[in-house]
Amino acid sequence: MTRHYSALSVIKEGLNGQKGWAPAWRSPKPAKQYDVVIIGGGGQGLATAYYLAKTHGVKRVAVIERGWLGGGNTGRNTTAIRSNYYYPESTALYDLSLRLYETLGRELNYNIMLSQRGMMQIVSSPGEMEMAARQVNAMQINGVEARLMDRSEVQRRVPIFNFAPDARYPVYGAIYQERAGVARHDAVAWGYARAADALGVDILQQCEVQEFLTEGGRCVGVATSKGEIRAERVGMAVAGSSGVLAAKAGFRLPITSYTLQACVSEPVKPIFDTVLVSPMTGTYVSQSDKGEMVIGGGLDRVPSYGQRGNLPQLETVLSGLLEMFPVFRQLRLLRQWGGTVDVTPDSSPIFGESPLPGLYLNGGWGTGGFKAIPAGGTVFAHILATGGHHEISRPFDLNRFRTGHLLDEAAGAGIAH
Amino acid sequence: MQLFPCPFCGPRPETEFHFGGDAGNTRPDAAASDSDWTNYLFFKHNRKGPTREIWMHLTCREVFLMARDTVSHEVSATEALGGEA
Ligand SMILES: Cc1cc2nc3c(=O)[nH]c(=O)nc-3n(C[C@H](O)[C@H](O)[C@H](O)COP(=O)(O)OP(=O)(O)OC[C@H]3O[C@@H](n4cnc5c(N)ncnc54)[C@H](O)[C@@H]3O)c2cc1C
Ligand SMILES: [Zn+2]
Repeated sequence: MTRHYSALSVIKEGLNGQKGWAPAWRSPKPAKQYDVVIIGGGGQGLATAYYLAKTHGVKRVAVIERGWLGGGNTGRNTTAIRSNYYYPESTALYDLSLRLYETLGRELNYNIMLSQRGMMQIVSSPGEMEMAARQVNAMQINGVEARLMDRSEVQRRVPIFNFAPDARYPVYGAIYQERAGVARHDAVAWGYARAADALGVDILQQCEVQEFLTEGGRCVGVATSKGEIRAERVGMAVAGSSGVLAAKAGFRLPITSYTLQACVSEPVKPIFDTVLVSPMTGTYVSQSDKGEMVIGGGLDRVPSYGQRGNLPQLETVLSGLLEMFPVFRQLRLLRQWGGTVDVTPDSSPIFGESPLPGLYLNGGWGTGGFKAIPAGGTVFAHILATGGHHEISRPFDLNRFRTGHLLDEAAGAGIAH
Repeated sequence: MQLFPCPFCGPRPETEFHFGGDAGNTRPDAAASDSDWTNYLFFKHNRKGPTREIWMHLTCREVFLMARDTVSHEVSATEALGGEA
């Protein structure tokens, strides 16, 4: 059986009629007891399992997923990866993530199709330009490369943008992060799953967590659709379902679930080689390797678990797109979809022990947790292995809502909340 | 476009409405503990399925109660606040 992916093995298996490939991961029967059980087989959960086994040598780890791997937001997102945040605490998290992404394909022996094509945040007024300078300065002070582009540089780089004199949102310049880009979302989930499985992690799909098992006020496992599974520590990384599981565990969270939708056009010839967001129109766009324009924007304004997306928001996003790129008037849309995202009041994630001892949280990623998968997995693995915070995760503890030390990254999130 | 029934104006487009939070989330008095204030300000029920929420109709600026389903988006009732929510 061929396990390692390389040019040589592709040729070998090609000559062999593709018959020798080993399955990417096993489908084991759940054991009765694990050291750590992680609820949620999205990127966050799978990366956590991988680092638990790899970095911390935890032997018995399971990931429990009610559907299929990456079927939540990880497989629904628009894959923008960047670390252009404002606060040092956020930079520590998101830039670690970006650095890990840069070598992830090799580390996992899985092509995640990382493409560091840069990301541009359009600036549309002189006042905004001053805020942009402040943002760039903050990023540089935090050790993240970023720079301001002036109007003519934006025009050279994105000639199809609307530079007309009567444009609703004129271009004054842009914030540019060179190392930002996109990666293949499914590949990130599958790559972590395959690497975790190779280290002995049990990935249990089609298995829903229905209740928490508690003894003496402590979480000691989960009741699932495939029976009870006990664990020393339980982690949850369930994004939009955080509120549902929290209710089962007997607490509330500072999280509201909203729909975030996206859409792609029919594939067209290469026309656009970066990722671009305009806070004014609230629309962002990139072009996939297949040629589709990948289009996203802000949240639907109605809290929802519907995973669909409503028409007013789609209209806002698409009118923004056409305002920015008049040439796209001829594009036809191919697909539209929605994911249920877990939005916090300060647009920052939540890490740490939950109000139910023994149950730990990784959530509140809202609209931006794909870029954070490698770092989120790294720090959550540390939390689940040691029971205490990682240096990077401590500021993101739930207690910040009591102390008032919020990390308001609503602007860093790049799109309207 | 979904229509939400404002108890004062009748069915209006969803874009005219603003979500205000869980119904029954009463403001603690000034002397309340930090954790009461934290719960009031930040911690949500975030229910999947039937839920009761406070909404504002931005056009008439009235605040009212809406019972709806967060999965199907069906609105089962809206009513003016009787001063208790
Ligand atoms: C349209 C859209 C665009 C986005 N664009 C970007 C972007 O450009 N860049 C970016 O960084 N982020 C983006 N995001 C956000 C990003 O997708 C998420 O923050 C990230 O994928 C969260 O990963 P996760 O593993 O926490 O959640 P998920 O991938 O949602 O995984 C959670 C898993 O938990 C499972 N689960 C839930 N309940 C249970 C249960 N009871 N038992 C067992 N399993 C359960 C679910 O089935 C799901 O698979 C976008 C999101 C959406 C919806
Ligand atoms: Zn009204």
